[in-house]
Amino acid sequence: MWAMIVKEFLQLRRDRRTLAMMIVLPIMLLVIFGYAASFDVSKISAVVVGPEAKSFSQRLKSPFALQGTYPRQGVAAARRDLRDGKADVAVVADATQTLVLINGADLFTARAAETAIARLAMSQQDLAQLKAQLQTLLPPGTAVTFMTPLPPRVDVLYNPHLKTALVMVPGLAGVILVFIGTLIASLGVVRERQAGTLEQLAVMPLSPWDVLIGKIAPYFLVAAVDLALVLGVGMWLFGVPMRGSWGLLILGALLFLFVTLSIGVLISSVSQNQGQAIQLAMLTVLPQILLSGLIFPLASMAAGVRWIAYILPLTYFVEISRGVMLLGQPIGDLWRPFLYLAVLGAVVVTFATLRFHRLLNPSPGHGGGRRAASAREARP
Amino acid sequence: MSWGLVGVTVRFGRTPALQSVDLELPAGEVRVVVGGDGAGKTTLLKAAAGALHPESGEVSRPAATRVGYLPASSGVYPDLSVAENLQFAAAAYGVAGEALRARRGMLLARAGLDRVERRLGSELSGGMRQKLGVIRAMLHRPDLLVLDEPTTGVDPMSRRDLWWLIAHAAAEGTAVLIATTYLDEAERASKLLLLDHGRALAAGTAEEVVQAMPGRLWTGDAKPADDAAGRAWRRGRRWRLWSPDGDAAPPQGWQAAAPDLQDAVTALLLGGELRPVEGGAA
Repeated sequence: MWAMIVKEFLQLRRDRRTLAMMIVLPIMLLVIFGYAASFDVSKISAVVVGPEAKSFSQRLKSPFALQGTYPRQGVAAARRDLRDGKADVAVVADATQTLVLINGADLFTARAAETAIARLAMSQQDLAQLKAQLQTLLPPGTAVTFMTPLPPRVDVLYNPHLKTALVMVPGLAGVILVFIGTLIASLGVVRERQAGTLEQLAVMPLSPWDVLIGKIAPYFLVAAVDLALVLGVGMWLFGVPMRGSWGLLILGALLFLFVTLSIGVLISSVSQNQGQAIQLAMLTVLPQILLSGLIFPLASMAAGVRWIAYILPLTYFVEISRGVMLLGQPIGDLWRPFLYLAVLGAVVVTFATLRFHRLLNPSPGHGGGRRAASAREARP
Repeated sequence: MSWGLVGVTVRFGRTPALQSVDLELPAGEVRVVVGGDGAGKTTLLKAAAGALHPESGEVSRPAATRVGYLPASSGVYPDLSVAENLQFAAAAYGVAGEALRARRGMLLARAGLDRVERRLGSELSGGMRQKLGVIRAMLHRPDLLVLDEPTTGVDPMSRRDLWWLIAHAAAEGTAVLIATTYLDEAERASKLLLLDHGRALAAGTAEEVVQAMPGRLWTGDAKPADDAAGRAWRRGRRWRLWSPDGDAAPPQGWQAAAPDLQDAVTALLLGGELRPVEGGAA
């Protein structure tokens, strides 16, 4: 096994481009994803039309950015402004009723606008202003009490400013490891096959397990360095907290890495060339990104699709990394994803070992006709 | 100690690659397998080395630690240096220490590779790569050395070096099995096996194979114009014509010729039928 591990390390060391890609790409992806993959909407452009446009526009505060006030225009102009992209929100302020038009084509902005409009309808500040105005009209000493209860005070825990990066970065570490681990490991055996060295491995006194571990070991080390880099940079650049145990996170990450790399090597063992390997790797990477709960909540997925998510390792790593880093969950709360990852790892490694056994002990017979064959090997 | 194959049959799907082939591999002897493209040479070597399990028959060979194998592709890692390729093989076979250093140094020097130890496999010439592949296969002094076309596409000087390595392995007591398309190399072997479409057409010493050639051989200056052209081939400036019917008279202008191994193998392949040689398996 040691011979195989040393060989793989030497080959990886010599493959400078891949090595550079494995170190630089994760940081690059993290920075790009961390800044780009944001659902935070800090600015909503708005226009106000209608007879009451001027008075309504005075109430529009952040996140709304007023693009114009047009008291002489009506609904048609408001719709046109939305369609032309002049504004995300168009308000038709009438004396009797105010109509707010929102551009639903931009989903995240539309949702943010909806929430901001609801707040605008009756915020704490509005109530306080109303109360103060009423006090000036009433005789001094008269108490003003609203019949409807005040809105509850909202206190957001673990991510008070609802920053997307805080939720995304722990999961992004997993996405990057899936990319690097699965894609690069998937080329390992294919390279042996294409270089014509696989037959030689089959004849050498190496067990399938030796070859499997030998193939995984160097990538495991580099990916572990990647993980440390990604988490370090994520915490430094985006202020992601670490509220739980480092040991627990490392344990989960190593388990996840082992599963991911084993999937990569398994893909490599069934692929005939590098093109096939990359296509198969992408087939496992994309569903993980989309279905792991990193972007879309698992609860909002259709039941059938959710079950696919449950067989993907990234689903469990996202749960572990968010649980440990954001919520500070102990192992008692996270034993399920750990157990699932371990089971998944056992299944994948078993398949990979069987596949390697077949690769290193090939039989051309397809009719099960090996009954009559025998090989006598002298003892060493 | 003797290794070998008895009644070995291999099929790829429904296509037979080897059909009940026998081959004895005694220690200290070089056995050569010859045949055209798709004859089953590589399949036979893989079965002998343990890189492929036959459908039926019996293969006896030493333990995996005592087998050396050179695949048709040379088995050299292009992204490892000469020294690293050998280090990997040595570690895999559990060879280390002074004995390894001495053997590696001797083999590299004899093959002319001692000056390129740091060169990557991808930077070696074809001949150098083949020599490195053979050294890697015999580094651990195997009991059975299986070499798939080690000299194909190699210049005469490198062929000379390769045959020195092969002869050295046999002199150390290793049973050597080689596939080749060069019949002059087949004549160097103690015995040879001629394969065609997975069947053994002839087996024995070069002389026995020549004697086993059926029919008569004629030589002439021009290619025959009639349907006999299918049984004619060129040797140097002259033509050979093989007549399966031994009693037939020579055509006009043709004289009787004494066949050599190349003539015999060509005639046997043209005949395309199994003719066992006295003396049994190779």
